[in-house]
Amino acid sequence: MTADPRAADRPPAALRAQALEELLTERGVVKTEVLDGFINRYVNDVGPLNGAKVVAKAWVDPDYRSRLLEDGTGAIKELGYAGPQGEHIVVLENTREIHNLVVCTLCSCYPWPVLGLPPNWYKDPAYRARAVREPRKLLAEMGLSLDDDVDIKVWDSSAENRYFVLPLRPEGSEGLSEEELAALVTRDAMVGVAAVEVSS
Amino acid sequence: MSETRELDATSVEGLPRANGELVFEQPWESRAFGLAAALADQGLFTWKDFQDGLIAEVAADDSQPGEYRYYERWLGALEGLLLERGVVSVADIDDRADVLCHRPAGHDHRHEHDHEH
Repeated sequence: MTADPRAADRPPAALRAQALEELLTERGVVKTEVLDGFINRYVNDVGPLNGAKVVAKAWVDPDYRSRLLEDGTGAIKELGYAGPQGEHIVVLENTREIHNLVVCTLCSCYPWPVLGLPPNWYKDPAYRARAVREPRKLLAEMGLSLDDDVDIKVWDSSAENRYFVLPLRPEGSEGLSEEELAALVTRDAMVGVAAVEVSS
Repeated sequence: MSETRELDATSVEGLPRANGELVFEQPWESRAFGLAAALADQGLFTWKDFQDGLIAEVAADDSQPGEYRYYERWLGALEGLLLERGVVSVADIDDRADVLCHRPAGHDHRHEHDHEH
């Protein structure tokens, strides 16, 4: 048995994860209920709907929008969304001239309180590399073709800053309520790989 | 979008999805996620410690395109921290994994008896 935890012949991940959980619960390091609680929370309760509500409020309430752009974490907390990976949320406002795109090249960090856990493509090495190298082409492949006169700004998330995009409010949404607006906002739009559209 | 549903353990269709896709590809990934989140919350290590380990694990990844598994990196970071802090040893993990590997299907009770290794 080697002392190197990264040995190539270690057991498969599924077995190691189960082994760790059993050892830690048997030794009283963590309780199964606590563990289940975290998982349930992030699988069922915390998700992109939180972020969608933040965006919709910012669209209808100019004061809230100012606070959100000034202090993302604080304004998001006003709606009751807080927790790990939400300590330094910076909100990036899309305009007609500037489109913001979020990536985390180092470790796929993500603003959990507003978006839940990241989708697979966000963690993929191809997304992480190409978002920086060729964002316009990547976005087009993901279904978002931006005009050449729109500048793309790419933001690399880190332990210091978690970025979150405030998308453009779509044309044709003028008569909608805050709740109806929230229903239009997708996770992808808040990462910056999609635009918000009024459903036909 | 993120409505709460009953978990149906027997059907993949019953698992919750965010924007139409599963957040976790395999059940163990959610356990590894929960362990790191719970242990950091309890103060066994700081989130910064975990993240530094994760960055190193992701940087050391040499998988082929299309074979990258984020939660394997995540699990590696978690193991690394627990080994470094002396909470578990490599032998602990490997021995228990070996037991699990040889446990008959459907056997889910937890160590009412000692195993010889």
